[in-house]
Amino acid sequence: MCVAVPGKVIEINGPKAKVDVMNNTCDVDIRLVQPKLGDYVLIHAGCAIDVLSKDAAEEILWMFNELEEEMNGHPGADR
Amino acid sequence: MVTLEQIVKELKEYDGEEIKIMEVCGTHTSSIFKNGIRSLISPKIKLISGPGCPVCVTPSVYVDKLVELSLKPSHCVLTFGDMMKVKGNQGSLTEAVAKGGRVRVLYSPLDSLTAAQEDPDTQYVFAAVGFETTTPIYGLLLDEILKKNLSNLKLLTSLKTITPALEYICENEKGIDAFIAPGHVSVIIGSQSYEALAEKYGKPFVVAGFGGEHILAAIYEILLQLRDGRHQVKNMYVSAVSQEGNPQALSVINQYFETKEDFWRGIGVIPQSSLGLKSAYQQFDAGSSFIEYREELPKGCRCTDVILGRITPVECPLFGGSCTPLNAVGPCMVSTEGVCGIWYKNRG
Repeated sequence: MCVAVPGKVIEINGPKAKVDVMNNTCDVDIRLVQPKLGDYVLIHAGCAIDVLSKDAAEEILWMFNELEEEMNGHPGADR
Repeated sequence: MVTLEQIVKELKEYDGEEIKIMEVCGTHTSSIFKNGIRSLISPKIKLISGPGCPVCVTPSVYVDKLVELSLKPSHCVLTFGDMMKVKGNQGSLTEAVAKGGRVRVLYSPLDSLTAAQEDPDTQYVFAAVGFETTTPIYGLLLDEILKKNLSNLKLLTSLKTITPALEYICENEKGIDAFIAPGHVSVIIGSQSYEALAEKYGKPFVVAGFGGEHILAAIYEILLQLRDGRHQVKNMYVSAVSQEGNPQALSVINQYFETKEDFWRGIGVIPQSSLGLKSAYQQFDAGSSFIEYREELPKGCRCTDVILGRITPVECPLFGGSCTPLNAVGPCMVSTEGVCGIWYKNRG
């Protein structure tokens, strides 16, 4: 339920951050959490919902890679 | 400390009474397949899937309303991709586009702000479907709509809450012994949300991560609790889930939304199982209160039995025949989070 993907915060601009998600840079709303530069965040529908440890981020990333192939080439298009 | 090898050995050799464990999260269902968890545990431990796919439980009349709005002059429906193929009584949003309807797929509700600002002559309607993970993001969207004073962006809400659905299952489906609680919903609502259910119904609720070893550890924890006659909430995903959840997200939810009863496709009415816009924000509602409290699933479709854990997807006569991800008859086959879709893609 509620697919979410982790990424690393590489830049913070007020309520938004640039986050590295599997080597792609995304703009993410960070109003629901307070990440610092270098933190890992859990991103759901364009919004960070949690700050994660690196280990937790890697664990979910592994799952996400596995799921990606099931998403018919449209990762992130579903909630 | 018990090792993973010992856990696997105990789970594989379990020969007690049959245990039914329900996972309510599509990502857990996928992980169970990807890690071959069923082959690592005793056949006496049954893993079944619950109603954790928001698309699957969204009524067809909701899809009808979206289709109607997309075909209205100067209107445009905004949605996540997974709603496009879900059939209503008047077809799907994909079919609406073929008839001239305006529909755009977005990655985030917050992207709809740009669309609304760039095209003030169009009335945009976001298909606000989801569980507690997604609801705070609609709250942030409302923050921005108010700040920017936008009048051409509204929500059509079908926002479900998971604990009333779990209570419905505990109350009505007697064969389920324990639950693996959803991971990302728990990030928002916190592990304490399951405590009342664990106490009232005497069933273990274990919050688990998504790795194979985490799911095995969760099953083992459930086994130990059942063996000892315990029924506790155990948070085994402490790296992401706290006891209290995300306070900012909960605050945003409480600012804009209030609980109401709702209709779940395939299940029926569940009291206090949904979040609708508070009366102070009704001007941003695109007509969500239309929901009819009746629903007929397509002929032969057993999605109800699937999401309530009565049967596995392969026991549905339509599975893999007339119902496939490319031509989904029932809602559970449509989404990447739908249990039938996950079983179909992993059936080997």
